[in-house]
Amino acid sequence: MRVLVGIEGSEESSTVLRNAIERALEADDELTVAIFAKHERDQDIDHIEATVRDELTAAGIDAAIHRIEGDPASSLVAMAEREGFDQLVIGGGRDTPLGKRYLGSISEYVLLNADVTVRLER
Amino acid sequence: MAETGPFPAPPATSTDREGREIVVDFATNDDLEGLVDMYATFDPAQRAQGIPPAHPERIEPWLKTVLDDGVHIIASHDGCVIAHAMLVPDSDGSHELAIFVHQDYQGAGNGRTLIRHLLGAAQVEAIEHIWLTVERWNLPALELYKSVGFETVQADRFDLEMAMSLPGS
Repeated sequence: MRVLVGIEGSEESSTVLRNAIERALEADDELTVAIFAKHERDQDIDHIEATVRDELTAAGIDAAIHRIEGDPASSLVAMAEREGFDQLVIGGGRDTPLGKRYLGSISEYVLLNADVTVRLER
Repeated sequence: MAETGPFPAPPATSTDREGREIVVDFATNDDLEGLVDMYATFDPAQRAQGIPPAHPERIEPWLKTVLDDGVHIIASHDGCVIAHAMLVPDSDGSHELAIFVHQDYQGAGNGRTLIRHLLGAAQVEAIEHIWLTVERWNLPALELYKSVGFETVQADRFDLEMAMSLPGS
């Protein structure tokens, strides 16, 4: 299966990536990783790419890394559909201080708009 | 028209619409067991955004985490905890509100009693800004929050975010 993983440069996303890697190794999935900087923070995309590359190398996985330009949510959906991926994997949001799950706007957009199967990774 | 306060602070005793005597007070460390018991029988259909946790063994760790800080009040009937309301601080100096009323005690005015006393406790603690998230289909909760002064601040997601500022007591 060809799987596209959307990684927002954050700690929550590294869990997403690790779980996706684990699953890919079990199922022999072909992974592609799409990276983008967290919207409200000025994160360095080079740093995000290096971190993702390290994770992939450590797991012994050869996966392409794409940098997402423009609006991350719509770009992810467009890329998944244009390139015929079987599944799009994204983070399932974070928790509020008292532990409520909070679905981010990117996750919500992807869930509502993608025609490919979406997996929320926690 | 929303109530504007000042809100009553705990402790307090009231009679709900089913004629049951309900005691509202601050939660103490001794209440952990009673809270675990209430959440253990909480209707899974009424979970809100993943809390209380569905797995019984995860209820106590979650409670210990949230009870560690903030303002917590409980309502009891015949010595059993029947509701829990909380204000948990976030990293911006604001507080997140949540309220859980056991299904056997809903529809009897207990949610309203509890949230009014929680806001009263917040005024005593000089908490000024409170927010919450609520699933947009949870109409009874939305009405309750509006009735004590919460206003919707973000409505473009599955869940609504509401907030209010409390005048000092």
